[in-house]
Amino acid sequence: MSDWPLWEVFVRSRRGLSHVHSGSLHAPDAEMALRNARDLYTRRQEGVSIWVIRSSDIEASTPDERDSFFDPAADKIYRHPTFYDVPEGVEHL
Amino acid sequence: MPETVTTAGSVGVVYGNDFGGPERPREMGETDGFNDLLEADGRVEPRDEMPEGYRKTLIRQIAQHAHSEIIGMQPEGNWISRAPSLRRKAILMAKVQDEAGHGLYLYAAAETLGADRADLLDQLHSGRQKYSSIFNYPTLTWADVGAIGWLVDGAAIVNQVPLCRCSYGPYARAMVRVCKEESFHQRQGFEILHTLSHGTADQKRMAQDAVNRYWWPSLMMFGPPDDDSPNSAQSMAWGIKRFSNDDLRQRFVDMTVPQSVALGLTLPDPEIAWSEERGHYDFGEVDFTELFEVIKGNGPCNAQRMTHRVGAHEDGAWVREAASAYAAKQAARSEGAA
Repeated sequence: MSDWPLWEVFVRSRRGLSHVHSGSLHAPDAEMALRNARDLYTRRQEGVSIWVIRSSDIEASTPDERDSFFDPAADKIYRHPTFYDVPEGVEHL
Repeated sequence: MPETVTTAGSVGVVYGNDFGGPERPREMGETDGFNDLLEADGRVEPRDEMPEGYRKTLIRQIAQHAHSEIIGMQPEGNWISRAPSLRRKAILMAKVQDEAGHGLYLYAAAETLGADRADLLDQLHSGRQKYSSIFNYPTLTWADVGAIGWLVDGAAIVNQVPLCRCSYGPYARAMVRVCKEESFHQRQGFEILHTLSHGTADQKRMAQDAVNRYWWPSLMMFGPPDDDSPNSAQSMAWGIKRFSNDDLRQRFVDMTVPQSVALGLTLPDPEIAWSEERGHYDFGEVDFTELFEVIKGNGPCNAQRMTHRVGAHEDGAWVREAASAYAAKQAARSEGAA
């Protein structure tokens, strides 16, 4: 079974929401991965749509570089509306 | 290995549902980063730095948990073909299917720590890894299916709810899913026993007999007493375990005694009595020599469970091979067409 690739499963729980990662499973091909995902992650109507993707096809940021990778956003607090002073009495802003 | 990791990550070895990164997760002692994370009640994710002992403890615990789920399909599966009605049969099939699902969630969680699934199964089949000793008891009557749901799944829930807050993210997430599904299991067991205990005298006797046989083994599911549980302190310090074995056992007793009254059944322990002083139910001493005998392999069904599991795995080999062959054929065809 280990030579079956690992697949990541994303489930859309209902229309209007995005697909969210549910977990992973092993399957020989995409079709079997979808069927297994249905049996494993939607036994109680948890989804209306499923995506499966081979785990090896996902690019991810690395924990080592977490600081240097995400730091540039840390000192740009002017990106948040709370950064700005609003005079007393001004509404709908 | 040269550092080839780019800012966006790299294609490397896959650790379950986390990706890329170094050849293998970094091994290290307890670093400030790891301790700070635990201190802040944060969650450890697959490729974070973690002590090797933490990783090994988790792999062992999660694997043993996964094995218990799939071995647990057997005692109940034994009654699917003989369930007393179509309704009961459909429910029992759904429950046994859930157990398989729980096993798969947990194997996937173990894989995020770098464990190999085939290797874990191999360790189960060769007896190097254990499963919960409760599944080495036979299901002699239909009432046993009720007792398993009510008592065994009830004890499992008490054990598992705190694991939803376990420090290791993938394990905690798997447990959230498992716990949601377990509560149906416990209720269906309670309902079976309630129906039997309000049926004929023979049916009530059958329900009482099942409860008599499953009560003490259920209490053993919480593990040895605190002063005889060598690994507990470390697991607590690591945030894997949140409450001691004895605390959880007490919680289970407190929860279950009033339910037994509602069922009209008794628990086979004359020492059970409410203690005003402690605010808990007192109960008799658990005979742990039995637990250790069952763990050693001397329970009533150890050999049968393993033979069945290994047989099912071997009998399923042709299905796995056929699926692989089909996938290879389709892949070759689409390559040829391209």
